[in-house]
Amino acid sequence: MKSLEELKELREKLQKDIAMRDDSEKPKIIIGMGTCGIAAGARNILQAVLEEIDKRNLDIVVTQTGCIGMCEKEPLLDVQLPGKKRVTYGNLEVNDVKRIIVEYVINGKIVEDLAIAHFEE
Amino acid sequence: MRELSLHILDIIQNSIAAEASLVEVVIEEDLKKNLFSIQVKDNGQGMAADQLKTITDPFVTTRQTREVGLGIPLLQKAAEQCAGELKINSIPGEGTVLTVYFQYDHIDRAPLGRLVETIIGLIAVNPAIDFIYSYLYNGRVFKLDTREIKQELGQLAINQTEILNWLRDYLKEGLKDLRR
Repeated sequence: MKSLEELKELREKLQKDIAMRDDSEKPKIIIGMGTCGIAAGARNILQAVLEEIDKRNLDIVVTQTGCIGMCEKEPLLDVQLPGKKRVTYGNLEVNDVKRIIVEYVINGKIVEDLAIAHFEE
Repeated sequence: MRELSLHILDIIQNSIAAEASLVEVVIEEDLKKNLFSIQVKDNGQGMAADQLKTITDPFVTTRQTREVGLGIPLLQKAAEQCAGELKINSIPGEGTVLTVYFQYDHIDRAPLGRLVETIIGLIAVNPAIDFIYSYLYNGRVFKLDTREIKQELGQLAINQTEILNWLRDYLKEGLKDLRR
């Protein structure tokens, strides 16, 4: 069985290789978690985002929002890259998450066929 | 919703919207009483009696983006289809308690589904909120209290990848162990 003791070891290990950075300069991914989003599969999208972050060892802030009034386009995910417009991706499938992370979050190229809106902050 | 764990994720969104800092979830499987129950209790802003009366009406919502609120009515319907019911109590300034009961072996009762992903997802995107999950299975209990985890972690964020992965395994093991 796992015990909380293991957390202490993990903490010591992690503290060595984590440079504290200001969250505002990190890319941010915002998942729509209204009833509409959850019913359409937001939890799977969130899980896929967490898996990609783990797999690629990325430093990204993941957060959530409620219904933004585009229920028919759920599940939705917004990406806010530092200093750029906020881009909304919609009608997502789990497999789309990898593309958004690789093409947009890492390489800065908007995934045109999945993007449905962008906003000035 | 296809899974009760998705309803749980959805109902907790109400606690988050009510600015709760602590959310307690108790899930109980009582095979002797043939009962499956879920309780979500928060310390959010709560609701006054007149708002509480209309809470299960889908055409009453506090949201600004559209005019229907479906979360609670959906869960209530799901329970009523399974010879169960939904109860909700709230005190303004203190918080809200929602409890939903299902007949355990009812043919229409949705499975609990991937509860661990609901919990990990909530912790990942709401690191400032504390969650207490208690899972009761035939009188045995598994509990996760993020306040205890945070104490162990000190300065380290609870939603770091390595910590989330550890928590995921911890939950999976703990919940599996309950059924041994």
